[in-house]
Amino acid sequence: MIEVQQITKRYGQHTALDRISFSVAKGEVLAFLGPNGAGKTTTMRILTCFMPATEGIARVAGFDCADQPMEVKRRIGYLPETPPVYQELTVTEYLQFVGRLRGLSGKVLIASIRREVERLGLGTVQHRLIGNLSRGYRQRVGLAQALLHDPPILILDEPTVGLDPKQIIEIRELIKNLAGSHSVILSTHILPEATAVCQRVVIISGGRIVAEDTPEQLSARLRQSEKISLTLKSPAVDTGSRLKGMSGVQNVFTSGAPGVFLLECELGRDVREEVARVAVTNGWGLLELKAISMTLEDVFLQLTRHEEGLAPDSVAASVESTGQPV
Amino acid sequence: MTPVQAIIAKELRSYFVSPVVYVVGAVFLLIVGLLAYLYLVFAGAQAIQLMQVQGSAQLNLNDLVFRNLFASMRFILLIILPILTMRLFAEERKLRTFEFLLTSPIGINEIVAGKFMSVFLVFLSLLGLTGLMPLMLALFSDFDWYPVLTGYLGLVLLGALFLSVGVLASALTENQIVAAFVSIGLLLVLWLLSGLGALLGDTVIGQAVSYLSFMEHYDHLVRGLVDTKDLVYFFSSLALMLFLSHRVVDSARWK
Repeated sequence: MIEVQQITKRYGQHTALDRISFSVAKGEVLAFLGPNGAGKTTTMRILTCFMPATEGIARVAGFDCADQPMEVKRRIGYLPETPPVYQELTVTEYLQFVGRLRGLSGKVLIASIRREVERLGLGTVQHRLIGNLSRGYRQRVGLAQALLHDPPILILDEPTVGLDPKQIIEIRELIKNLAGSHSVILSTHILPEATAVCQRVVIISGGRIVAEDTPEQLSARLRQSEKISLTLKSPAVDTGSRLKGMSGVQNVFTSGAPGVFLLECELGRDVREEVARVAVTNGWGLLELKAISMTLEDVFLQLTRHEEGLAPDSVAASVESTGQPV
Repeated sequence: MTPVQAIIAKELRSYFVSPVVYVVGAVFLLIVGLLAYLYLVFAGAQAIQLMQVQGSAQLNLNDLVFRNLFASMRFILLIILPILTMRLFAEERKLRTFEFLLTSPIGINEIVAGKFMSVFLVFLSLLGLTGLMPLMLALFSDFDWYPVLTGYLGLVLLGALFLSVGVLASALTENQIVAAFVSIGLLLVLWLLSGLGALLGDTVIGQAVSYLSFMEHYDHLVRGLVDTKDLVYFFSSLALMLFLSHRVVDSARWK
């Protein structure tokens, strides 16, 4: 549905996007992750035909953003960073205005408004002026606006900003339900959100795509080894070396806290069972044993830190330090 | 409802929800009414003087009241119309709804047309209210309606030109105060061009410069002279201003 090829965007001397390419299939939810100023909003603005790219081709639903912007705009629901609401209108009036701009009228318009008001829980505020609504409600009005004409493609710039935790869960559910029938691109700072709702994650930093994969694959790919954290009540003097001697264990670190060990194991081998058996038979007092997986946060930090010019070696070191203090 | 109609309806709603139209309208009508009253009283005083000297006097309301009034209204419109137009685009940019408008499936020409039409309708309704004044005078006196009607035509065309300059100024900035001052400044420059033209005298350049100003075109209409040349001036300048607004709005996307 969305195809971006080698998009570059320059503002004068400043390069905001540098040869970005990605694509979104029908029914897929793609998350855009990146620090502030990475180029997420710029990419979205190009896709919604708000601004043209300096170079490269962006195609949405088979239409070129530069040549046929009207066709593209008709098929997109866009929620910008700031919800685009008019404070002097009521929620219903606003949605009527939005619907008319998009060519809805009569019964279809009324039905669409009713559907979105219900879906986003705006029933109690629909006759109030938007200027008097809280940030969370405005955000939901903004979402209602994007969904109103039931577009096949949704582009949401930080859709859950300003919502309370319950609303965040509701909106994530909503986006998950939209997947399958709609293609969605959303940008976010909140990493668990990407893991929760998206099939694919694009990490963008400094105007370049630094990684693109499923959330699970991303963390797996960047994990150089399996890590296990082990806490013992009464470790023996030789515990460290005994653990290191076990097959599959590559390295053992001890942390400052007494009885806490960090085991680095060969990739694809789970030695937890073996470790537990050894600990029990030796009477070390097994308190805790857990695998440390790299979260998307770690991946994100590592990738974007790498962008800032750290050498690859130190990046590998930073992975270690995010696991457990050694 | 077409998208243009939707924009007009929304803008009218915004105008009448905010106090701006009420305040601007009240001030406009108050000043126009006050001026009309003053000119009438002066006319009356002159008539009495003439009666004392000549024994009888024919009071010409067209010359003594309407021409003066139409001349003064130029200046009132120059101050007041930029206040009405200043919010049109500046507010959209400030409140970040500009991006929403430009990503909606409507053309920029439709946006500009809708916004211009909405403020033009507001202006027409304000101008319509001043129509009470000649209607009331017609009850008690006798005057020639023709120059009054062409004067109103002149006001409508002049107002449309002022509003289109205001739309352009509003598209240039996200600050409403700046937008108002830019349009007042542009209109004053257009006004003063007639003085510059007069200074250059009856040369080709002088005539060209005076032609650029709205003064002589408006004066013709106020005097009851409907000339195609003047109509062409108003319509072409209106089209030019709206076209420039379109270009400015379009170029805002490139920044």
